Amino acid sequence: MTPPLSLRRSAARWLGLFVAALMRLIDWPMRGLQRLLGERRMAYVFLLPNLVFFSLFVFLPLIINVVFSVTGGAALFPSERPYVGGGQYAYLFDCDSFLDPGSCREDHFWRGVANTLRFTTFQVVAMVLFSLVTAVVLNMRIRGRGFFRAVYFFPVLLSPVVVALIWKWILQRDGLLNAGLTALGGQKILFFIDPGWAMFWAIFVSIWAHMGFYTLILLAGLQAIPADLYEAAEMDATPRWRAFWRITLPLLWPNLVVVIVLALIRGVQTFDEVFVLTGGGPGTATLMVVQYIYETAFSNQVQNFGLAAAASVVLGIVLFGLTLAQLAASRRRSA
Amino acid sequence: MNRVARLLLVRRKSGRWHWTDIAAYSYLALGVVLMFGPVLWLVLSSFKTQAGLLEFPPSLLPMSQREVMVQGFPQPLPLFSATLDDGSTRVLAQVRRIGIVAQMVDPENPAQQFRIPIDKRTPVREFKLATENYTEPLERFAFTRFLGNSVFVTVVATLITLLINSMAAYALSIYEFKGKNAAMLMVVGTLMIPITIILVPVYLVITKLGLVNSLWAVILPGAATPTGVFLLRQYMLTLPRDLIEAARMDKASEWQIYWRIVMPLAMPALAVLAIFSIMWRWNEFLWPLAVLTKTEVHTLQIGLNAFQGELQTQWHYLLAMTVATLAPVALVFVFLQRFITTGIANTGMK
Amino acid sequence: MAELTLSGITKSFGATTVIHAVDLQVADGEFVVFVGPSGCGKSTLLRIIAGLEEVTTGSIAIDGVDVTGRPASERGLAMVFQSYALYPHMSVYKNMAFALENMGLKAPEIDARVRRAATMLRLSDYLDRKPKALSGGQRQRVAIGRAIVRDPKIFLFDEPLSNLDAELRVATRKELAGLHAELGGTMIYVTHDQVEAMTLADRIVVLQGGRIEQIGTPLELYNRPDNLFVAGFIGSPRMNLLPARAAGQGAVALGEAGQEVDLGRETALTAGTSVTLGIRPEHIALAGEGEAGLAMTVDLVERLGGESYLYGSAPGLPQITVRLDGQTSHGRGDRVALRFAPAHLHLFDAAGKALRPDRA
Repeated sequence: MTPPLSLRRSAARWLGLFVAALMRLIDWPMRGLQRLLGERRMAYVFLLPNLVFFSLFVFLPLIINVVFSVTGGAALFPSERPYVGGGQYAYLFDCDSFLDPGSCREDHFWRGVANTLRFTTFQVVAMVLFSLVTAVVLNMRIRGRGFFRAVYFFPVLLSPVVVALIWKWILQRDGLLNAGLTALGGQKILFFIDPGWAMFWAIFVSIWAHMGFYTLILLAGLQAIPADLYEAAEMDATPRWRAFWRITLPLLWPNLVVVIVLALIRGVQTFDEVFVLTGGGPGTATLMVVQYIYETAFSNQVQNFGLAAAASVVLGIVLFGLTLAQLAASRRRSA
Repeated sequence: MNRVARLLLVRRKSGRWHWTDIAAYSYLALGVVLMFGPVLWLVLSSFKTQAGLLEFPPSLLPMSQREVMVQGFPQPLPLFSATLDDGSTRVLAQVRRIGIVAQMVDPENPAQQFRIPIDKRTPVREFKLATENYTEPLERFAFTRFLGNSVFVTVVATLITLLINSMAAYALSIYEFKGKNAAMLMVVGTLMIPITIILVPVYLVITKLGLVNSLWAVILPGAATPTGVFLLRQYMLTLPRDLIEAARMDKASEWQIYWRIVMPLAMPALAVLAIFSIMWRWNEFLWPLAVLTKTEVHTLQIGLNAFQGELQTQWHYLLAMTVATLAPVALVFVFLQRFITTGIANTGMK
Repeated sequence: MAELTLSGITKSFGATTVIHAVDLQVADGEFVVFVGPSGCGKSTLLRIIAGLEEVTTGSIAIDGVDVTGRPASERGLAMVFQSYALYPHMSVYKNMAFALENMGLKAPEIDARVRRAATMLRLSDYLDRKPKALSGGQRQRVAIGRAIVRDPKIFLFDEPLSNLDAELRVATRKELAGLHAELGGTMIYVTHDQVEAMTLADRIVVLQGGRIEQIGTPLELYNRPDNLFVAGFIGSPRMNLLPARAAGQGAVALGEAGQEVDLGRETALTAGTSVTLGIRPEHIALAGEGEAGLAMTVDLVERLGGESYLYGSAPGLPQITVRLDGQTSHGRGDRVALRFAPAHLHLFDAAGKALRPDRA
């Protein structure tokens, strides 16, 4: 039952009138402020709401985070937390050997670090490779390019939970993939029981979900390369692969750097897809740093805010470095 | 068909196929299977009955056993194709099963009864969509509630984001004022700080505000997005200054200039931000997971995640709900694909 | 309707001063044109009057009320922008009504005013269109209409015709003149085109380098330029400005040949002083047979039918332009002798100031 068109139209009009009236209502105090402050200083008024949100949910938390990381106990409010200095950090970094997570007191954290490192390395390499190949292919004179671009891109919009569930369904014991394997005469594989497979699929699914985004950035870079460069190369009888190495790659390099750094930043922060897909398991085989932080702070029996904060400060420093790299890279891109 | 083939086979210089062309199309075809296949499989599976889901190997399409009403029986009976002793096959309805023998009747002639060993009969199956996978969770679980929560969070958060981000962008693009550079620096600075790093202290702030287990706890912290301010400011900088000054000459107050001149003209950028915000909010996971612990305030994503923990065996509901969760996003994508992809290509954000 | 007083207006951007202590009185109902080359500060001055720029020092008064510190929205002025600055998302009607809504007028009053202005500007058929769907001339008229409906104290125009093609520019110029006659409002108009200034203005303010060079009616400026800059800027083709030396009482010597030109009046100049002699092309005549005059070789002849221009050179002098009525038989390479009408000679001292009989 859809209401008749005239009714819907008038509903839209009423909404419009309502918003207009609301804005006129706001205009009244705003004019007063303007008379008080003058035109130019109205900028502060316009900036204020955003600044309140920024300071409440970004700046203040940043400071509190540091406070948390140097205090102990289970209390949430900083005033009730005893000062422990670098105790949390010392606890985090208490290892016999940094190469062996098992030798650390907080072995989960170090397993998380090791897993995240492994995940990020493989994921970034494969991501750059696949998105580059895809972008290059899409940049050829392909019929239906818009369609294919959309095909590679649409998983970007899916929520991590949905992405993980889609693949969980395919990879389960009696799932599509195992059906395929048995049809080909193979054995069923329990993908989420085997640590190696679990990590493989975590990386695979993450590439599946985000490849379209990076492809798009690279495609934009490829399309910005003037076509006459290739025509000139063709006139000089340059082989295609040589044109790729000597023209495409150098001109695409800035975009590639952006892709690499962005993928790094996101890789280090990986949480949701893997968390829903594997739950960090089997055991701690796919436990990531962010999951460690989340569980330490919220879902463990004892909520250890201090330790979680210390871990996130460490993570923050890593991300800060990566972001600086990104800014430097994008500055070079725009220059 | 012929035309389609010709269209597909047309080459750039009406010349031969280079091997790279063949490789490219093969790669793209593989891509279509790999990218679309899983989602298609999810959608198909979501229409299967619980029994259908347990089959191995699974059938491609959602099939279920046909049932008929037979005179003299109050319940519909399942249909089988049975091989009789004389070797002929007939379609019979099963009344009940006793051990390894099934008691069956001819649906045309209920008086005629058969006793058939169960290995001599195979179910008659037909294509049928198990829509109850979609309808039942509506009644049995708080699915509508999650949906409502998600819609509320997405709509309200997007409206707030658009409003306060556009106000800040307006201030940073139209005015010259003391502290402008500092404000810009703060915006840039926050670009580097993802919620993952300040999870715990934001939780503290939310607790202090008394908002734990309230949807506002999800809406508020992400409302002031630096990306949004950037995107809008960049666009507003391209608006002609003359328009602002003309409006001032026309006795418009600064708020009116913002609302009646700059906002309508910044529509394209606002639309891009709106789409991004909807996407972020609809899909948001980690922060709601941390701050929404009560079932009645779960959003779809959190509810879905909780389900997959609780309903280990009830894949039929889980799959249907997954489809329901991705449907709005897919719809948005179908209509705004070009818009979104160019938006991302231009801004490099997601 | 209002009068405007600028006193000691100075405007600096950082270390650079773009307006130097400008004083100006504009009477009620007067059409004043600011003219000058680009970068002379005329637009900045207009924007200062509008309230879009703040002054560094000095004050602005409208009808005797000091409005220096008031923002643009409170000065009650209307402005037509060079780009027209029409709101692209509003219809023609809305564009004109916007200011009236801001003034808090009632809907019937707004409607009446918009329709009256639309009739006056022949826009009645386009009220529902967006600016995008209008021609350049129509957009221009909407911009003017947006100013008219306001019934402002003063109309400000910032190079309003510069985005129109030549033909339309002439037509719109005439319409503007008619509009001023009809409305009788105080108008301040900025242009770099001296023809626009001459045809529209009651009074012209010539600006250069942020300073007022001269204020006067168009003919005052044309007939009695105060200095070299005004002399060269007003009038087309330009006045001939020839370096000369004072030679005795009431005469100057021109060029390498030292051709003496009688000024027709006494000057107090000592012989040999460097001066500049100015004469408009239409005040030069060709000397008859045997008559003495400045010898010139014709380099180029432009024949416009009703008039002709000779461009020529004489040793030690810049190019000389001569306007002749009707058609001429002279051609390139001809040698002619020029006779200057003494009554129309302008003399400027080394600093560029006019040397007039009353001052000299």
